[in-house]
Amino acid sequence: MNIVVCVKQIPDPANPYSLDPETHYLNRPHEQVLDDTDRYGVEVGLQLAAVDEGTVTLVSMGPAGNMQGVRQALAMGADKAIHIDDAGLKGSGALTTARILAAAIQQTGFDLVVAGTESTDGYTGVVPQQLAELLGVPALTFAKKVDVDGSTITINQQTATGYNVVTSELPAVVSVTAGVVEPRYPTFKGIMAAKSKPVETYSASDLGITDTSSGQSTVSVTDATEREAGEKIEDDGEGHLRIVEKLQELKVV
Amino acid sequence: MTQLPIYTEEHDLFRSTIRDFVSTELTPFVNEWDEDGEFPIEVYKKAGELGLFGIGFAEEYGGLGTHDPLLFCILSEELSRSSGGVSAGLFSNYIGGPPVQNAATDEVKAEILPGMLAGDIICALGITEPSGGSDVANLQTTARLDGDHYVVNGSKTFITSGMRADYISTAVRTGGPGAAGVSMLVIPSNLPGFSRTALKKMGWWASDTATLYFDDCRVPAKYLLGTENSGFKIIMENFNYERLFMIAGMVGASRVCFEEALAWAQDRETFGARLADHQVIRHKLVEMDRMINASHAWMEKLAWQVSQGDHVVAQLAECKVQSSLTLEFCAREAAQILGGASYLRGNPVERIYREVRVNAIGGGSEEIMRDLAARQLGI
Repeated sequence: MNIVVCVKQIPDPANPYSLDPETHYLNRPHEQVLDDTDRYGVEVGLQLAAVDEGTVTLVSMGPAGNMQGVRQALAMGADKAIHIDDAGLKGSGALTTARILAAAIQQTGFDLVVAGTESTDGYTGVVPQQLAELLGVPALTFAKKVDVDGSTITINQQTATGYNVVTSELPAVVSVTAGVVEPRYPTFKGIMAAKSKPVETYSASDLGITDTSSGQSTVSVTDATEREAGEKIEDDGEGHLRIVEKLQELKVV
Repeated sequence: MTQLPIYTEEHDLFRSTIRDFVSTELTPFVNEWDEDGEFPIEVYKKAGELGLFGIGFAEEYGGLGTHDPLLFCILSEELSRSSGGVSAGLFSNYIGGPPVQNAATDEVKAEILPGMLAGDIICALGITEPSGGSDVANLQTTARLDGDHYVVNGSKTFITSGMRADYISTAVRTGGPGAAGVSMLVIPSNLPGFSRTALKKMGWWASDTATLYFDDCRVPAKYLLGTENSGFKIIMENFNYERLFMIAGMVGASRVCFEEALAWAQDRETFGARLADHQVIRHKLVEMDRMINASHAWMEKLAWQVSQGDHVVAQLAECKVQSSLTLEFCAREAAQILGGASYLRGNPVERIYREVRVNAIGGGSEEIMRDLAARQLGI
């Protein structure tokens, strides 16, 4: 099975982000990391590929930087990567991103495309669905479990109260939630091997896309409101009951 | 922050991988393991799956194939962010394993190394004896060849991972007095005549430490490492990497002390101001940072020199002293800044404070290190 996993390099969440004051675009440092949500997609891809000796191809768009994020996914075990780095794509909206990714995926060929539900820096959460539409295949979204049997894919789709079982024929696009699998750590040997794995780099025009306008602009940005302080429960001997009540309200228990 | 050119992208990826592993698999549990007196044996397996034991070991046995002192330092620095005990326990493979890799027969290597690198076999190094540690040339444990076995008698103490090790690379006397009569045997711990008792320690609680006893323990002769009476050289070759690993661990633990103290000082308010706003506290923090940066820079330089094949025995010895003095200072000052909180179990500074002495004594005491450096420098 030819599996494509969409991955994104993002600034290390451990460091504060900054925005360009003029364009409001995220300032991307040279050193970026693999978006944590993509580790789940890579792991799903690797596990599915292991069943029938399939291949896992990473597809990523954005400034290359030192490529540490993509290398991280290669070190986990992916076979190769396709990277689209084009200055003209700076500030691309979700649809432009999907068009670029779709063109690259179409070019390399696929049986299954795996993506996280949303990136940790952009949070639009619509790229997988747009990708499916552009590729002309079904979108199976918010998978918390993925099984492939022959040419059929079945997922448990996370809902607010439980899950739906969704089945489709391949080829398809699936978006996976955090927790779908336990991502492996890149092994030391995997890290050493990653540097010699093939990485193809394209511009938008290499993929036959000349119009990269996003059709959207960021007019203004404001800081997120600070989180309010939590509720303090004084324990008068019955405090635990109030805590249980609170947890039930939040549907945690 | 611009990286030194000695580091590669692979080094960065190694560091982030180990840091993830440490923060997820080790750090949340280290206090519990410290109280338990050992960490779960499954940790070896997890570390083995990651390839954590493979630096410097041959690819045919599952290793990385090359030795990279910088990678070694990164590993130790990051492991020390969990606890010294866990790091020391895992590291016993890196002091017990190299004599096997460097001097065992192919048969014995094939018996031990793949399992050790996969995390299924634990190796330890048995040098120190109850009669003395630093004076390796005068060790008392004997091995007498009897047919196709060596009959071993004597004891070893302060042996890291001694209670759980499957194989112990052991220094024994096969010849006359002095360094020229010392051999190395790698001894399976399941042989009749071998026994061990656990030792309670000031720190490194999560690492099991033991006294080992050999009473007419018959060890097949195939477990001789190298040739008879060539053991002293094997032991000495091991020390440089052990010291480098300890230096990096001390630098890492010092940094943890600094980070804990800084976070506390920026959060806690006294007399209407943050602790960090009081000059006496600010100066403590800067002094810690200054000493750590100096030790860290020297460590990087030495790791680079070792990678280039330089023999920097004196400098490694001096840097080990520098690093243990830095750790001692940082643990003390962090404890002063944290105040009562540093005296409570479960606090990293409390644990590191207990781990200072083993770093200043183990792997060559500060005094022996200075003496070694003096001899090397021709003073």
